[in-house]
Amino acid sequence: MDLALQLLFTGIGIGAVYALVALGFVLIFRATNVVNFAQGEFSMVAAYLMVVFAVDLGWPYWLSFLLALAGMALLGAIFNLGVYYPLRHRTFLPVIIATIGASILLANSVLAIYGPQPQVLEGWFETPGIQLGPVYLDSQYLLIIAVTMILVVFNYWFFEHTMLGKKLQATSQDKEMASLLGISVSTMIMITFIYSAVLGGLAGILVAPILFVSIQMGSTIALKAFAATIIGGFGDVAGAIIGGLALGIIETFGAAYISVPYKDGFAFLVLVLFLVFRPQGIFGERVAEKA
Amino acid sequence: MSAPSENMPIAVTAPHTKPLLLRHLPYFIGAAVVVTLAATMQFDGYIHNILMQAVTFAIAVFGLSVVLGLCGQINLAQAAFFGLGAYAVGIGTSDYHISYWLCLAGGCVIALMAGALLGMSTLRLGGHYLAMVTISFQQIVTLVMINTIWLTHGPDGVSNIGRPALFQSAQAYLAFCVAMLAIVGYVVWHLSDTHLGRAMRAVRDNELAAGVVGIDVFRTKVSAFALSAVLGGLAGGLFAGGFAYVSPDQFSFAESVVFLTMSLLGGVASPIGSAIGTGLLILIPEWLRFLKSVPGLYLALYGLSVILIIRYMPDGIWGFVNIATERWRAKARVRAAGPALHLAPASVGGAMVLEVKGLAKYFGGLKAVDDVDIEVRRGGVHALIGPNGSGKTTTLNVLSGLYKATAGRVVLDGTDVTDMPPHQRAAAGLGRTFQNIRLFRSMTALENVMIGAERPGNKLIGKGGEDALNERAMSALTFVGLGSRANELISSFSYGHQRLIEIARALAANPTLLLLDEPAAGLNSSEKLALHELLKRIAAQGLTILIIDHDMTLVSEAAQHITVLNFGRRIADGESMAVLRHPDVVSAYLGTE
Repeated sequence: MDLALQLLFTGIGIGAVYALVALGFVLIFRATNVVNFAQGEFSMVAAYLMVVFAVDLGWPYWLSFLLALAGMALLGAIFNLGVYYPLRHRTFLPVIIATIGASILLANSVLAIYGPQPQVLEGWFETPGIQLGPVYLDSQYLLIIAVTMILVVFNYWFFEHTMLGKKLQATSQDKEMASLLGISVSTMIMITFIYSAVLGGLAGILVAPILFVSIQMGSTIALKAFAATIIGGFGDVAGAIIGGLALGIIETFGAAYISVPYKDGFAFLVLVLFLVFRPQGIFGERVAEKA
Repeated sequence: MSAPSENMPIAVTAPHTKPLLLRHLPYFIGAAVVVTLAATMQFDGYIHNILMQAVTFAIAVFGLSVVLGLCGQINLAQAAFFGLGAYAVGIGTSDYHISYWLCLAGGCVIALMAGALLGMSTLRLGGHYLAMVTISFQQIVTLVMINTIWLTHGPDGVSNIGRPALFQSAQAYLAFCVAMLAIVGYVVWHLSDTHLGRAMRAVRDNELAAGVVGIDVFRTKVSAFALSAVLGGLAGGLFAGGFAYVSPDQFSFAESVVFLTMSLLGGVASPIGSAIGTGLLILIPEWLRFLKSVPGLYLALYGLSVILIIRYMPDGIWGFVNIATERWRAKARVRAAGPALHLAPASVGGAMVLEVKGLAKYFGGLKAVDDVDIEVRRGGVHALIGPNGSGKTTTLNVLSGLYKATAGRVVLDGTDVTDMPPHQRAAAGLGRTFQNIRLFRSMTALENVMIGAERPGNKLIGKGGEDALNERAMSALTFVGLGSRANELISSFSYGHQRLIEIARALAANPTLLLLDEPAAGLNSSEKLALHELLKRIAAQGLTILIIDHDMTLVSEAAQHITVLNFGRRIADGESMAVLRHPDVVSAYLGTE
């Protein structure tokens, strides 16, 4: 029982990271109808930026954090201009392939610059954690859970209660109508990419002290986050968060009770089960194409 | 689904076409020469290895040209399928001393099954799912190769892999692989003009339209995916024999990306492009060896090339060459017009071709169609009219199976089609056109109509041979007045002509009932007159038409019987003139005081 509680806590912590990346997926998908296969690399690049600023250059953690997020915003903008925007009038297949190309480019550029050796990034807090009854609460996991909760609330407030959020929603629902109403669609898409890159980067920075900072972390996180979006219901914000948490818990328990080397396989198994039995996910609705 | 066999002799094999194998003789002679060269020329070990790699990789890339080029579905796990074949041959011959041939066949079967299962679980959904699922599958295969040490030897890999007794020497084995390449290349090259290949291209261009012309979209996609996987498996098996050693890193996601880049660079649509792309991406890294000293640099460049190719050269090198040389190549001959179009609508059921009872379609709380009855009498033109938003197009979509009915029954010529998917309804004799034209845009007019003619259950094409299909398609195109432009691409036709091609595609299928969804929309007045003429000629051959249109002149002149919908319900039904004077109909269209 104690072990189960401990695993539950860990699972929620890891799941919160998947949820953040999944949120980035969903935001871009809703704005552009395209799945960004480089979303996981945003996390990886941000973690490496942290390593450069905080470890290699020895700058303060908070400053490195802000600089890394600023770097992600820049990367999001470049990504939009270089990968998505030129292809915006093409069908989804070329766009998907281009984002896959971008994912390979990002991961291997970092590999070429930094080498294959995984890097270590310290956590934000000096105190490693606190003991609460039978459960040990690691401070980094607590931070991840707290940040995710704050971001979920922020996200809700931003999209439902600000003018910019409403314009973004309008753009994702009907681009033509939005542009007829004077909303600059290209600006909205740009903002979406920047915001998603920052979200993905945040997830990477938060999870880096738990995992090693490595080239593979991007693709691993992206696969989990994608599985999370399918479990939750594709394109659904709440679904992405619930799906992320569920996947984190399943995976942690699977690793503890079934097999450690195949830990990364559970996400795939759950993904396939959902695809076969409930492809619309927990919250999703089946939508038919209009003839 | 299969048509009852008819003992009708197929009339003519057109005299101008030589047998297929004879026409392709130059290819086989060329292939034989290359195989002989591979078997007799002396290469040093380095060149031999490069050739071996190029030949086996090219076969795997052919697989991608089927699934991605022909069918428009993505496969990011080609290296995993390649690995399944390679490990089957590796483990089988080295650890268990099983015959090479059995292992090769076994590897192909494993790859086929894996591909089919993966496809079946995912291909009903959109392309994003397939991309992610294939990446996941790729990761799982790599995990298994590394971790099931008792079977795969883990990261150490499998060595001492055997070759067949017949091709023991490296030289003979290379020649054997080249021969396999030639055979696979021929099959893939020829595939696009077969029934299956046309179906794949139709699915790639327009899934909805492919369904309503009688193509089983899901099965076609799964076939393409499984075929691609099997070619990956075969290539992997050949590769394992060639190098006698395999290890997990040779079949990682990075290799899948290399395959994808090869395919895109050369041109995804054709095996020639695949071969060019494979050759270049094997040779270029050999020329630029110094780049290999920095890990990751190569793949980073591959990633960049993928982005640039997609943006600036979407058809790859071969596509680029094709476009550049187009004006020097001889235009394809316009085929002789076929005999006058003959329509022989089946008549199995009673006087009613279509009986719709209590049909309903709800979208959440919205009752788009509610308790609608329609009876379409055999022969003649029946119109379904109603103001905007009255549920006409929804009704048509439910009738053709694109939407699933919430309630009600649809009986077509005595067959209950209520629960059938679109392609089975097409096989049962339903043809349709779309309000927003849905043609297969990368194909010629003739190919579009041939796909229509291929409808399962069409009895007017004999056994469905190429010549019979051609003839039928030419007749249909000539019938709508476009026979002389049969070999032009869809994009070169005007809007009105595209409408006509869509009608020809439906007519070539020899349907029992033809559904026309607003055929006059967007046509100018002279085109409308021509359309009216065309409808008369169709009806004269006894084919029943159910037409939706807003053009009251067209409807009142062409239709003998009219059903009127408003707010999803039927408000009037009967003989044309009476219905149009019906007070409810007048108020629905003009409003009431």
